[in-house]
Amino acid sequence: MQKILIANRGEIARRIIKTSKALNIETVAIYSEADQDLPYVQEADYAFLIGPSQVQQSYLKADEIIALAIKENVDAIHPGYGFLSENADFARKAQAAGITFIGPKPETIEKMGDKIASRLTMIAADVPVVPGTEEGLTSVDAAKEAAVAIGYPVMLKASAGGGGIGMIRCDDESMLEQHFDSIKTRAKSYFGNDVVFLEKFIDESRHIEVQIFGDTHGNVVHLFERNCSVQRRNQKVVEESPSPNFPQEAREKLLQAAVKAAKAVNYVNAGTVEFIVDQNHQFYFLEMNTRLQVEHPITEAVTGFDLVEWQLKIAAGEELPVKDQQLITTTGHAIEFRIYAEDPKTFFPSPGTITHQSWGDVADIRVDAGYEEGNKVTPFYDPMISKVIVHAENRELTIEQAQKVFSSAKIEGVKTNIELFHQFLQAKSFTSGVYSTSVLGEWMQQQREEISK
Amino acid sequence: MKNLESTMAGTVFTVNVAVGEEVSAGQVVLVLESMKMEIPIEAEVVGKVATINAQVGDFVNEGDVLVTFE
Repeated sequence: MQKILIANRGEIARRIIKTSKALNIETVAIYSEADQDLPYVQEADYAFLIGPSQVQQSYLKADEIIALAIKENVDAIHPGYGFLSENADFARKAQAAGITFIGPKPETIEKMGDKIASRLTMIAADVPVVPGTEEGLTSVDAAKEAAVAIGYPVMLKASAGGGGIGMIRCDDESMLEQHFDSIKTRAKSYFGNDVVFLEKFIDESRHIEVQIFGDTHGNVVHLFERNCSVQRRNQKVVEESPSPNFPQEAREKLLQAAVKAAKAVNYVNAGTVEFIVDQNHQFYFLEMNTRLQVEHPITEAVTGFDLVEWQLKIAAGEELPVKDQQLITTTGHAIEFRIYAEDPKTFFPSPGTITHQSWGDVADIRVDAGYEEGNKVTPFYDPMISKVIVHAENRELTIEQAQKVFSSAKIEGVKTNIELFHQFLQAKSFTSGVYSTSVLGEWMQQQREEISK
Repeated sequence: MKNLESTMAGTVFTVNVAVGEEVSAGQVVLVLESMKMEIPIEAEVVGKVATINAQVGDFVNEGDVLVTFE
Protein backbone atom coordinates (compact mmCIF):
# COMPACT_ATOMS: atom_id res chain seq x y z
CA MET A 1 0.00 0.00 0.00
CA GLN A 2 1.59 3.23 -1.18
CA LYS A 3 -1.13 5.81 -1.57
CA ILE A 4 -4.55 6.19 0.08
CA LEU A 5 -7.47 8.58 -0.21
CA ILE A 6 -9.07 9.80 3.02
CA ALA A 7 -12.83 10.24 2.55
CA ASN A 8 -13.25 12.39 5.64
CA ARG A 9 -12.32 15.71 7.26
CA GLY A 10 -11.15 17.38 10.47
CA GLU A 11 -9.39 15.57 13.27
CA ILE A 12 -9.83 12.04 11.94
CA ALA A 13 -8.40 12.95 8.51
CA ARG A 14 -5.43 14.45 10.35
CA ARG A 15 -5.12 11.36 12.52
CA ILE A 16 -4.99 9.05 9.48
CA ILE A 17 -2.44 11.29 7.74
CA LYS A 18 -0.15 11.04 10.78
CA THR A 19 0.09 7.25 10.72
CA SER A 20 0.29 7.18 6.91
CA LYS A 21 3.30 9.49 7.00
CA ALA A 22 4.99 7.25 9.56
CA LEU A 23 4.43 4.27 7.26
CA ASN A 24 5.55 6.17 4.14
CA ILE A 25 2.11 6.00 2.59
CA GLU A 26 1.05 9.01 0.53
CA THR A 27 -2.29 10.63 1.34
CA VAL A 28 -4.95 12.25 -0.81
CA ALA A 29 -7.36 14.48 1.12
CA ILE A 30 -10.73 15.78 -0.01
CA TYR A 31 -12.29 18.98 1.30
CA SER A 32 -15.42 21.07 0.93
CA GLU A 33 -15.43 24.83 0.36
CA ALA A 34 -15.95 25.43 4.08
CA ASP A 35 -12.93 23.31 5.02
CA GLN A 36 -10.26 24.66 2.69
CA ASP A 37 -8.22 26.26 5.49
CA LEU A 38 -8.28 23.33 7.91
CA PRO A 39 -4.93 21.81 8.92
CA TYR A 40 -5.58 18.38 7.40
CA VAL A 41 -5.84 19.92 3.91
CA GLN A 42 -2.30 21.30 4.21
CA GLU A 43 -0.91 18.18 5.86
CA ALA A 44 -2.02 15.69 3.21
CA ASP A 45 0.35 15.09 0.29
CA TYR A 46 -2.43 15.97 -2.15
CA ALA A 47 -5.77 17.70 -1.52
CA PHE A 48 -8.78 18.20 -3.79
CA LEU A 49 -11.87 20.34 -3.51
CA ILE A 50 -14.79 17.92 -3.70
CA GLY A 51 -17.74 20.35 -3.63
CA PRO A 52 -19.78 22.93 -1.70
CA SER A 53 -20.03 22.92 2.09
CA GLN A 54 -23.19 20.83 2.58
CA VAL A 55 -22.29 17.18 3.19
CA GLN A 56 -24.68 15.92 0.51
CA GLN A 57 -22.70 17.94 -2.02
CA SER A 58 -19.25 17.05 -0.74
CA TYR A 59 -18.29 14.31 1.74
CA LEU A 60 -21.26 12.09 0.82
CA LYS A 61 -20.69 12.19 -2.94
CA ALA A 62 -19.61 8.56 -3.21
CA ASP A 63 -19.26 8.44 -7.01
CA GLU A 64 -17.16 11.62 -7.25
CA ILE A 65 -14.91 10.43 -4.43
CA ILE A 66 -14.34 7.10 -6.14
CA ALA A 67 -13.71 8.83 -9.48
CA LEU A 68 -11.06 10.96 -7.79
CA ALA A 69 -9.52 7.88 -6.17
CA ILE A 70 -9.25 6.24 -9.61
CA LYS A 71 -7.78 9.38 -11.17
CA GLU A 72 -5.24 9.72 -8.37
CA ASN A 73 -4.37 6.07 -8.67
CA VAL A 74 -4.70 5.29 -4.95
CA ASP A 75 -4.48 1.77 -3.56
CA ALA A 76 -7.12 2.21 -0.89
CA ILE A 77 -9.73 4.50 0.67
CA HIS A 78 -9.91 5.17 4.40
CA PRO A 79 -13.44 6.32 5.27
CA GLY A 80 -12.72 7.49 8.85
CA TYR A 81 -15.93 7.55 10.93
CA GLY A 82 -19.34 9.01 10.03
CA PHE A 83 -20.01 10.05 6.41
CA LEU A 84 -19.49 7.02 4.11
CA SER A 85 -17.73 4.81 6.67
CA GLU A 86 -20.71 2.51 7.17
CA ASN A 87 -22.08 2.72 3.66
CA ALA A 88 -21.96 -0.77 2.10
CA ASP A 89 -22.62 0.56 -1.41
CA PHE A 90 -19.63 2.87 -1.18
CA ALA A 91 -17.42 -0.02 -0.07
CA ARG A 92 -18.75 -2.15 -2.91
CA LYS A 93 -18.19 0.58 -5.52
CA ALA A 94 -14.63 1.08 -4.32
CA GLN A 95 -13.96 -2.64 -4.61
CA ALA A 96 -15.51 -2.75 -8.08
CA ALA A 97 -13.09 0.02 -9.09
CA GLY A 98 -10.19 -2.10 -7.87
CA ILE A 99 -9.60 0.04 -4.78
CA THR A 100 -9.35 -1.49 -1.30
CA PHE A 101 -11.91 -0.22 1.20
CA ILE A 102 -10.18 0.07 4.59
CA GLY A 103 -12.85 -1.62 6.66
CA PRO A 104 -14.93 -4.78 6.82
CA LYS A 105 -16.60 -6.56 3.91
CA PRO A 106 -19.65 -4.74 2.45
CA GLU A 107 -21.93 -7.62 3.56
CA THR A 108 -20.80 -7.16 7.16
CA ILE A 109 -21.45 -3.41 7.02
CA GLU A 110 -24.90 -4.07 5.61
CA LYS A 111 -25.86 -6.69 8.17
CA MET A 112 -24.60 -4.75 11.19
CA GLY A 113 -26.06 -1.46 9.92
CA ASP A 114 -29.51 -2.99 10.15
CA LYS A 115 -30.15 -3.17 13.89
CA ILE A 116 -32.86 -5.78 13.62
CA ALA A 117 -30.67 -8.02 11.42
CA SER A 118 -27.71 -7.60 13.76
CA ARG A 119 -29.86 -8.53 16.77
CA LEU A 120 -30.94 -11.71 15.00
CA THR A 121 -27.33 -12.55 14.07
CA MET A 122 -26.26 -12.17 17.70
CA ILE A 123 -29.16 -14.23 19.03
CA ALA A 124 -28.07 -17.01 16.63
CA ALA A 125 -24.46 -16.67 17.86
CA ASP A 126 -25.57 -16.96 21.47
CA VAL A 127 -24.57 -13.38 22.37
CA PRO A 128 -27.11 -11.86 24.79
CA VAL A 129 -29.23 -9.04 23.31
CA VAL A 130 -31.57 -6.52 24.96
CA PRO A 131 -35.08 -8.00 25.20
CA GLY A 132 -37.17 -6.52 22.39
CA THR A 133 -38.94 -7.12 19.11
CA GLU A 134 -37.27 -9.31 16.53
CA GLU A 135 -39.13 -7.78 13.61
CA GLY A 136 -39.94 -4.27 12.40
CA LEU A 137 -43.19 -2.81 13.73
CA THR A 138 -45.70 -2.03 11.03
CA SER A 139 -48.27 -0.12 13.07
CA VAL A 140 -48.65 1.73 16.33
CA ASP A 141 -51.04 -1.01 17.50
CA ALA A 142 -48.40 -3.68 16.89
CA ALA A 143 -45.95 -1.49 18.82
CA LYS A 144 -48.35 -1.13 21.76
CA GLU A 145 -48.92 -4.86 21.89
CA ALA A 146 -45.18 -5.59 21.78
CA ALA A 147 -44.48 -2.98 24.46
CA VAL A 148 -46.89 -4.63 26.88
CA ALA A 149 -45.12 -7.95 26.37
CA ILE A 150 -41.67 -6.37 26.92
CA GLY A 151 -42.80 -4.12 29.78
CA TYR A 152 -42.46 -0.31 30.01
CA PRO A 153 -40.31 1.73 29.85
CA VAL A 154 -39.17 0.84 26.33
CA MET A 155 -36.85 2.41 23.77
CA LEU A 156 -38.39 3.05 20.38
CA LYS A 157 -35.59 2.84 17.80
CA ALA A 158 -34.99 3.22 14.09
CA SER A 159 -33.49 0.00 12.69
CA ALA A 160 -31.15 2.03 10.48
CA GLY A 161 -30.40 4.60 13.20
CA GLY A 162 -27.19 5.46 14.98
CA GLY A 163 -25.18 8.21 16.59
CA GLY A 164 -27.91 8.91 19.13
CA ILE A 165 -30.38 9.88 16.41
CA GLY A 166 -33.66 8.05 15.86
CA MET A 167 -34.42 6.73 19.32
CA ILE A 168 -36.64 7.76 22.18
CA ARG A 169 -37.60 6.43 25.59
CA CYS A 170 -41.30 5.78 26.06
CA ASP A 171 -42.57 5.35 29.63
CA ASP A 172 -46.13 4.41 28.77
CA GLU A 173 -48.59 3.76 25.98
CA SER A 174 -49.47 7.40 25.40
CA MET A 175 -45.80 8.31 24.91
CA LEU A 176 -45.34 5.43 22.51
CA GLU A 177 -48.42 6.57 20.59
CA GLN A 178 -47.15 10.13 20.53
CA HIS A 179 -43.65 9.32 19.24
CA PHE A 180 -44.31 6.41 16.87
CA ASP A 181 -44.95 8.48 13.74
CA SER A 182 -42.29 11.11 14.43
CA ILE A 183 -39.54 8.50 14.92
CA LYS A 184 -40.61 6.85 11.66
CA THR A 185 -40.52 10.21 9.85
CA ARG A 186 -37.10 11.07 11.27
CA ALA A 187 -35.74 7.63 10.44
CA LYS A 188 -36.92 8.07 6.86
CA SER A 189 -35.39 11.52 6.55
CA TYR A 190 -32.05 10.77 8.23
CA PHE A 191 -31.45 7.19 7.20
CA GLY A 192 -33.79 6.65 4.23
CA ASN A 193 -35.45 3.72 6.02
CA ASP A 194 -38.42 3.98 8.36
CA VAL A 195 -38.36 0.54 9.99
CA VAL A 196 -38.63 0.86 13.78
CA PHE A 197 -38.44 -1.64 16.64
CA LEU A 198 -38.64 -1.76 20.43
CA GLU A 199 -36.12 -2.64 23.11
CA LYS A 200 -36.57 -2.81 26.84
CA PHE A 201 -35.23 0.32 28.51
CA ILE A 202 -32.54 -0.73 30.96
CA ASP A 203 -32.42 1.58 33.94
CA GLU A 204 -29.18 2.87 35.45
CA SER A 205 -27.26 1.21 32.64
CA ARG A 206 -23.77 1.76 31.36
CA HIS A 207 -22.49 1.77 27.84
CA ILE A 208 -19.40 -0.43 27.59
CA GLU A 209 -17.92 -1.38 24.24
CA VAL A 210 -15.13 -3.66 23.09
CA GLN A 211 -12.55 -2.91 20.41
CA ILE A 212 -12.10 -5.90 18.18
CA PHE A 213 -9.91 -6.59 15.15
CA GLY A 214 -10.09 -9.34 12.57
CA ASP A 215 -7.88 -10.10 9.57
CA THR A 216 -8.50 -11.82 6.23
CA HIS A 217 -6.79 -14.96 7.56
CA GLY A 218 -9.51 -15.65 10.13
CA ASN A 219 -7.77 -14.27 13.23
CA VAL A 220 -9.85 -12.23 15.68
CA VAL A 221 -8.65 -10.47 18.85
CA HIS A 222 -10.05 -7.87 21.25
CA LEU A 223 -8.20 -4.80 22.51
CA PHE A 224 -10.20 -4.53 25.74
CA GLU A 225 -13.11 -2.32 26.63
CA ARG A 226 -14.08 1.34 26.77
CA ASN A 227 -16.72 2.77 29.09
CA CYS A 228 -18.61 5.50 27.23
CA SER A 229 -21.37 6.28 29.73
CA VAL A 230 -20.79 10.00 30.12
CA GLN A 231 -23.22 11.24 27.49
CA ARG A 232 -25.44 14.10 26.48
CA ARG A 233 -28.27 13.73 23.92
CA ASN A 234 -27.44 10.00 23.75
CA GLN A 235 -23.99 10.93 22.45
CA LYS A 236 -20.67 10.21 24.10
CA VAL A 237 -18.69 13.02 25.69
CA VAL A 238 -16.12 11.24 27.89
CA GLU A 239 -14.76 7.71 27.43
CA GLU A 240 -12.42 5.69 29.60
CA SER A 241 -10.44 2.48 29.47
CA PRO A 242 -10.43 0.24 31.39
CA SER A 243 -13.98 0.62 32.68
CA PRO A 244 -14.22 1.48 36.39
CA ASN A 245 -16.64 -0.46 38.60
CA PHE A 246 -16.46 -3.59 36.48
CA PRO A 247 -15.43 -6.88 38.17
CA GLN A 248 -12.83 -8.99 36.38
CA GLU A 249 -15.23 -11.91 35.92
CA ALA A 250 -17.84 -9.76 34.16
CA ARG A 251 -15.14 -8.10 32.06
CA GLU A 252 -13.80 -11.47 30.86
CA LYS A 253 -17.29 -12.59 29.85
CA LEU A 254 -17.96 -9.34 28.01
CA LEU A 255 -14.67 -9.52 26.09
CA GLN A 256 -15.38 -13.13 25.13
CA ALA A 257 -18.88 -12.22 23.92
CA ALA A 258 -17.41 -9.46 21.75
CA VAL A 259 -14.96 -11.89 20.13
CA LYS A 260 -17.84 -14.33 19.59
CA ALA A 261 -19.87 -11.55 17.95
CA ALA A 262 -16.97 -10.65 15.65
CA LYS A 263 -16.41 -14.28 14.68
CA ALA A 264 -20.13 -14.73 13.97
CA VAL A 265 -19.80 -12.31 11.07
CA ASN A 266 -16.22 -13.26 10.02
CA TYR A 267 -15.21 -9.75 10.90
CA VAL A 268 -12.30 -8.11 9.09
CA ASN A 269 -10.51 -4.88 10.17
CA ALA A 270 -11.41 -2.59 13.12
CA GLY A 271 -14.82 -2.89 14.74
CA THR A 272 -16.54 -2.13 17.99
CA VAL A 273 -19.12 -4.25 19.75
CA GLU A 274 -21.33 -2.07 21.94
CA PHE A 275 -23.08 -3.44 25.02
CA ILE A 276 -25.51 -2.11 27.58
CA VAL A 277 -24.45 -3.20 31.07
CA ASP A 278 -26.88 -3.11 33.98
CA GLN A 279 -26.23 -2.50 37.68
CA ASN A 280 -25.55 -6.21 38.27
CA HIS A 281 -22.95 -6.24 35.46
CA GLN A 282 -25.26 -8.24 33.19
CA PHE A 283 -24.59 -7.19 29.61
CA TYR A 284 -26.60 -7.14 26.40
CA PHE A 285 -25.47 -6.61 22.80
CA LEU A 286 -26.59 -3.22 21.50
CA GLU A 287 -24.94 -2.79 18.12
CA MET A 288 -21.73 -3.27 16.22
CA ASN A 289 -19.92 -0.32 14.68
CA THR A 290 -18.08 -1.38 11.56
CA ARG A 291 -15.38 1.30 11.56
CA LEU A 292 -12.76 3.05 13.64
CA GLN A 293 -14.40 4.87 16.57
CA VAL A 294 -13.93 8.47 17.66
CA GLU A 295 -12.69 7.16 21.03
CA HIS A 296 -10.04 4.78 19.63
CA PRO A 297 -7.16 6.83 21.16
CA ILE A 298 -7.83 5.59 24.71
CA THR A 299 -7.38 2.02 23.46
CA GLU A 300 -4.14 3.13 21.80
CA ALA A 301 -3.03 4.71 25.07
CA VAL A 302 -3.57 1.62 27.24
CA THR A 303 -2.49 -1.05 24.73
CA GLY A 304 0.35 0.89 23.12
CA PHE A 305 -0.78 -0.02 19.58
CA ASP A 306 -1.50 2.32 16.65
CA LEU A 307 -4.99 1.29 15.52
CA VAL A 308 -4.78 3.07 12.17
CA GLU A 309 -1.57 1.15 11.47
CA TRP A 310 -3.41 -2.09 12.25
CA GLN A 311 -6.20 -1.06 9.88
CA LEU A 312 -3.79 -0.31 7.03
CA LYS A 313 -1.88 -3.56 7.46
CA ILE A 314 -5.04 -5.67 7.61
CA ALA A 315 -6.43 -3.90 4.54
CA ALA A 316 -3.18 -4.73 2.73
CA GLY A 317 -3.86 -8.41 3.42
CA GLU A 318 -1.37 -8.87 6.26
CA GLU A 319 -2.14 -10.85 9.39
CA LEU A 320 -3.01 -9.05 12.64
CA PRO A 321 0.13 -7.40 14.05
CA VAL A 322 -0.50 -9.44 17.23
CA LYS A 323 -2.47 -12.67 16.81
CA ASP A 324 -1.96 -14.09 20.28
CA GLN A 325 -4.57 -12.61 22.61
CA GLN A 326 -2.31 -13.27 25.62
CA LEU A 327 0.24 -10.82 24.23
CA ILE A 328 -2.26 -7.94 24.20
CA THR A 329 -2.24 -6.24 27.59
CA THR A 330 -3.07 -2.84 29.02
CA THR A 331 -1.08 -0.38 31.09
CA GLY A 332 -2.59 2.30 33.30
CA HIS A 333 -5.79 4.20 32.66
CA ALA A 334 -6.83 6.53 29.84
CA ILE A 335 -9.69 9.03 29.49
CA GLU A 336 -10.76 10.91 26.38
CA PHE A 337 -12.70 14.18 26.46
CA ARG A 338 -14.52 15.33 23.34
CA ILE A 339 -14.28 19.09 22.93
CA TYR A 340 -17.44 20.41 21.29
CA ALA A 341 -18.10 23.88 19.90
CA GLU A 342 -21.38 24.21 21.75
CA ASP A 343 -23.13 26.04 24.55
CA PRO A 344 -22.25 24.08 27.72
CA LYS A 345 -25.73 24.59 29.18
CA THR A 346 -28.12 24.09 26.28
CA PHE A 347 -25.73 21.95 24.18
CA PHE A 348 -26.75 24.00 21.15
CA PRO A 349 -23.91 24.29 18.63
CA SER A 350 -21.76 27.40 18.54
CA PRO A 351 -20.18 28.02 15.14
CA GLY A 352 -17.58 30.79 14.80
CA THR A 353 -13.88 31.49 14.39
CA ILE A 354 -11.43 30.09 16.91
CA THR A 355 -9.51 33.20 17.95
CA HIS A 356 -7.46 31.51 20.64
CA GLN A 357 -6.68 27.88 21.43
CA SER A 358 -4.25 26.64 24.07
CA TRP A 359 -4.16 23.41 26.05
CA GLY A 360 -2.24 24.64 29.07
CA ASP A 361 1.18 23.49 30.16
CA VAL A 362 0.43 19.89 31.08
CA ALA A 363 3.01 17.37 29.90
CA ASP A 364 2.17 14.05 28.26
CA ILE A 365 -1.34 14.71 27.05
CA ARG A 366 -2.49 13.85 23.55
CA VAL A 367 -4.61 16.34 21.65
CA ASP A 368 -6.21 15.31 18.36
CA ALA A 369 -7.40 18.67 17.07
CA GLY A 370 -9.28 19.20 13.83
CA TYR A 371 -8.94 22.96 14.05
CA GLU A 372 -6.18 25.39 15.01
CA GLU A 373 -6.26 29.04 16.01
CA GLY A 374 -7.75 31.15 13.21
CA ASN A 375 -9.83 28.28 11.76
CA LYS A 376 -13.55 28.69 11.31
CA VAL A 377 -16.03 26.22 12.84
CA THR A 378 -18.89 26.16 10.33
CA PRO A 379 -22.49 25.00 10.82
CA PHE A 380 -22.23 22.17 8.29
CA TYR A 381 -20.60 19.44 10.33
CA ASP A 382 -20.54 17.79 13.72
CA PRO A 383 -19.59 20.27 16.47
CA MET A 384 -16.73 18.13 17.80
CA ILE A 385 -13.57 20.17 17.23
CA SER A 386 -10.94 18.15 19.07
CA LYS A 387 -10.22 15.40 21.56
CA VAL A 388 -8.03 15.47 24.64
CA ILE A 389 -6.61 12.13 25.78
CA VAL A 390 -5.00 11.73 29.18
CA HIS A 391 -3.12 8.57 30.18
CA ALA A 392 -1.59 7.86 33.60
CA GLU A 393 -0.72 4.96 35.90
CA ASN A 394 -4.18 4.70 37.42
CA ARG A 395 -7.63 6.29 37.26
CA GLU A 396 -7.03 8.67 40.15
CA LEU A 397 -3.87 10.10 38.61
CA THR A 398 -5.54 10.33 35.20
CA ILE A 399 -8.37 12.39 36.65
CA GLU A 400 -5.87 14.56 38.53
CA GLN A 401 -3.96 15.18 35.31
CA ALA A 402 -7.18 15.95 33.42
CA GLN A 403 -8.17 18.47 36.08
CA LYS A 404 -4.89 20.27 35.47
CA VAL A 405 -5.56 20.29 31.72
CA PHE A 406 -9.06 21.72 32.03
CA SER A 407 -8.11 24.35 34.58
CA SER A 408 -5.63 25.82 32.09
CA ALA A 409 -6.95 24.96 28.61
CA LYS A 410 -8.61 27.84 26.81
CA ILE A 411 -10.54 28.21 23.56
CA GLU A 412 -11.97 31.57 22.52
CA GLY A 413 -14.21 32.62 19.65
CA VAL A 414 -16.61 29.71 20.00
CA LYS A 415 -18.34 28.38 23.10
CA THR A 416 -16.98 25.02 24.26
CA ASN A 417 -17.49 22.45 27.01
CA ILE A 418 -13.99 22.95 28.49
CA GLU A 419 -15.27 24.63 31.67
CA LEU A 420 -17.99 21.98 31.95
CA PHE A 421 -15.28 19.28 32.05
CA HIS A 422 -13.32 21.29 34.60
CA GLN A 423 -16.33 21.25 36.93
CA PHE A 424 -17.54 17.76 36.11
CA LEU A 425 -14.14 16.24 36.93
CA GLN A 426 -14.84 17.18 40.54
CA ALA A 427 -18.24 15.48 40.59
CA LYS A 428 -18.28 12.66 43.17
CA SER A 429 -20.54 10.61 40.93
CA PHE A 430 -17.83 10.57 38.27
CA THR A 431 -14.72 10.31 40.45
CA SER A 432 -16.23 7.36 42.35
CA GLY A 433 -16.36 5.44 39.07
CA VAL A 434 -19.83 4.12 39.94
CA TYR A 435 -21.96 5.87 37.36
CA SER A 436 -24.50 5.24 34.60
CA THR A 437 -25.39 6.99 31.33
CA SER A 438 -27.47 9.54 33.24
CA VAL A 439 -24.46 10.81 35.23
CA LEU A 440 -23.85 14.02 33.29
CA GLY A 441 -27.52 15.03 33.08
CA GLU A 442 -28.12 14.35 36.75
CA TRP A 443 -25.03 16.23 37.83
CA MET A 444 -26.02 19.25 35.72
CA GLN A 445 -29.49 19.19 37.25
CA GLN A 446 -27.93 19.16 40.74
CA GLN A 447 -25.70 22.11 39.86
CA ARG A 448 -28.71 24.11 38.70
CA GLU A 449 -30.61 23.32 41.87
CA GLU A 450 -27.70 24.39 44.03
CA ILE A 451 -27.43 27.72 42.24
CA SER A 452 -31.14 28.43 42.63
CA LYS A 453 -31.06 27.65 46.38
CA MET B 1 -44.60 43.50 14.69
CA LYS B 2 -41.36 41.79 15.50
CA ASN B 3 -39.73 39.53 12.92
CA LEU B 4 -38.40 36.13 13.86
CA GLU B 5 -34.72 35.85 13.04
CA SER B 6 -32.58 32.76 12.84
CA THR B 7 -30.45 32.30 15.96
CA MET B 8 -27.82 30.40 14.03
CA ALA B 9 -26.73 29.23 10.62
CA GLY B 10 -28.24 25.97 9.48
CA THR B 11 -30.59 24.14 7.15
CA VAL B 12 -34.37 24.38 7.60
CA PHE B 13 -35.52 20.97 8.83
CA THR B 14 -39.25 21.62 9.32
CA VAL B 15 -41.62 24.60 9.10
CA ASN B 16 -44.24 24.13 11.78
CA VAL B 17 -46.64 27.01 11.07
CA ALA B 18 -48.65 28.35 8.13
CA VAL B 19 -49.37 31.88 6.92
CA GLY B 20 -52.31 33.31 8.81
CA GLU B 21 -51.79 31.08 11.83
CA GLU B 22 -51.92 32.58 15.33
CA VAL B 23 -48.89 31.55 17.34
CA SER B 24 -48.27 31.82 21.05
CA ALA B 25 -45.06 32.92 22.74
CA GLY B 26 -42.69 30.00 23.06
CA GLN B 27 -44.33 28.01 20.30
CA VAL B 28 -41.90 26.22 17.97
CA VAL B 29 -42.31 27.91 14.61
CA LEU B 30 -39.51 26.23 12.71
CA VAL B 31 -36.77 23.70 13.30
CA LEU B 32 -33.26 24.17 11.97
CA GLU B 33 -30.64 21.50 11.52
CA SER B 34 -27.19 22.72 12.38
CA MET B 35 -24.07 20.71 13.16
CA LYS B 36 -26.08 17.49 13.09
CA MET B 37 -28.55 18.79 15.67
CA GLU B 38 -32.15 19.92 15.50
CA ILE B 39 -32.57 23.45 16.84
CA PRO B 40 -36.13 24.61 17.56
CA ILE B 41 -36.80 28.27 16.77
CA GLU B 42 -39.56 29.63 18.99
CA ALA B 43 -41.84 32.63 18.65
CA GLU B 44 -40.94 35.28 21.20
CA VAL B 45 -44.37 36.82 21.45
CA VAL B 46 -47.98 36.17 20.46
CA GLY B 47 -48.75 37.00 16.82
CA LYS B 48 -50.29 36.08 13.49
CA VAL B 49 -47.93 34.76 10.79
CA ALA B 50 -47.73 37.19 7.84
CA THR B 51 -44.97 35.62 5.74
CA ILE B 52 -42.69 32.62 5.91
CA ASN B 53 -39.36 33.34 4.24
CA ALA B 54 -37.73 29.93 4.40
CA GLN B 55 -38.61 26.51 3.03
CA VAL B 56 -37.58 23.05 4.13
CA GLY B 57 -34.04 22.43 2.85
CA ASP B 58 -33.04 26.11 2.63
CA PHE B 59 -29.74 27.15 4.14
CA VAL B 60 -30.12 30.20 6.38
CA ASN B 61 -27.57 32.40 8.13
CA GLU B 62 -27.65 33.79 11.64
CA GLY B 63 -29.84 36.91 11.64
CA ASP B 64 -31.85 35.98 8.53
CA VAL B 65 -35.54 36.82 8.88
CA LEU B 66 -37.41 33.52 8.87
CA VAL B 67 -40.96 34.56 9.70
CA THR B 68 -42.72 37.92 9.87
CA PHE B 69 -45.85 38.61 11.90
CA GLU B 70 -48.76 40.92 11.20
